[in-house]
Amino acid sequence: MSTGLIYACSGALLFGCGVAGTVLLKHLLRRILAFNVMGSGVFLILVGLAQRHGEADPVPQAMVLTGIVVAVAATALAVALLRRLAVPAGTGSSADA
Amino acid sequence: MMRQILAGLVVLAVGAFTLLLLAAMQSLPPSSSVDLAAEVSRHLAESGVRHPVTAVLLNFRAYDTLLEVAVLLVALFGVFVVAQPAGGEPPPAFTDDVLGALARGLAPVMLVVAGYLLWAGAHRPGGAFQAAAIVAAAAVLLNLAQILPAWGLPRAWLRVGLAGGLVCFVVAAAPVYVPGTLLGFPPEWAGSMILAIETSLLISLGLLLAALFLCLALDREPQPQSPPLATEDR
Repeated sequence: MSTGLIYACSGALLFGCGVAGTVLLKHLLRRILAFNVMGSGVFLILVGLAQRHGEADPVPQAMVLTGIVVAVAATALAVALLRRLAVPAGTGSSADA
Repeated sequence: MMRQILAGLVVLAVGAFTLLLLAAMQSLPPSSSVDLAAEVSRHLAESGVRHPVTAVLLNFRAYDTLLEVAVLLVALFGVFVVAQPAGGEPPPAFTDDVLGALARGLAPVMLVVAGYLLWAGAHRPGGAFQAAAIVAAAAVLLNLAQILPAWGLPRAWLRVGLAGGLVCFVVAAAPVYVPGTLLGFPPEWAGSMILAIETSLLISLGLLLAALFLCLALDREPQPQSPPLATEDR
């Protein structure tokens, strides 16, 4: 098992954790974080699978680089929405929203 | 009880999916039919830069990068729309001389590192995105140390800075340099065009990423009725 494949397998585990967290967690901030864990897993799979035979492939690396920046922007938008929701409700829990 | 059963089912389904994913990755064929890495290295000389990731980002697949900058700008518009300073109790402001001194000392160094990363992107890992992340981190650090105030809606100059990178990129994408080809850079000009795009992207992306934090930080400003803590300590 090459290093790249180990990264990809860790990415798959992270993705699974992220999916479970996004579905199961109640607090919206935790859901946003779980969604980010999911995204990081996808990035690891993309980069890891592309270099499982030693040489790195620049195309997935560039895709992941743009993906990370978009994920940051999406997270900021999600946090802004969450705060807008949480200020009147007084809590970030989806049960009260 | 119902919830716990549902949660157990979700965990089982996710676990099964993850196992399938792991098995699928083990059984992938050793190489795909299209060897993108070889294609990139074959055309690297025409791209104007010597680092393959930068060549992919700003030449071979510049569409992705152009649209990504647009996505960032749209996300910032979304943050402007929903992030309004809320009333109510402000969180306790804190002043910390160590943090302030650290931020004052680190911020110029971070700007220099960002400039180096931008330049290094042409021939080694680096580039506008990494440099912009460091610029934005410097802005966040200065805001947390209460040196840089949070931003409200941007005024004229900040708007120019935020949108400038996208505008420069669109100008560079115009189908006039290689007639009839969007985002076509003639090989002899590609290096300088990529450097110009990356410089404008550094400024714009740095401001965009900083604005995503600094506009959300607006609520942290002390309310007018309570005196700002920073003046009490000094």
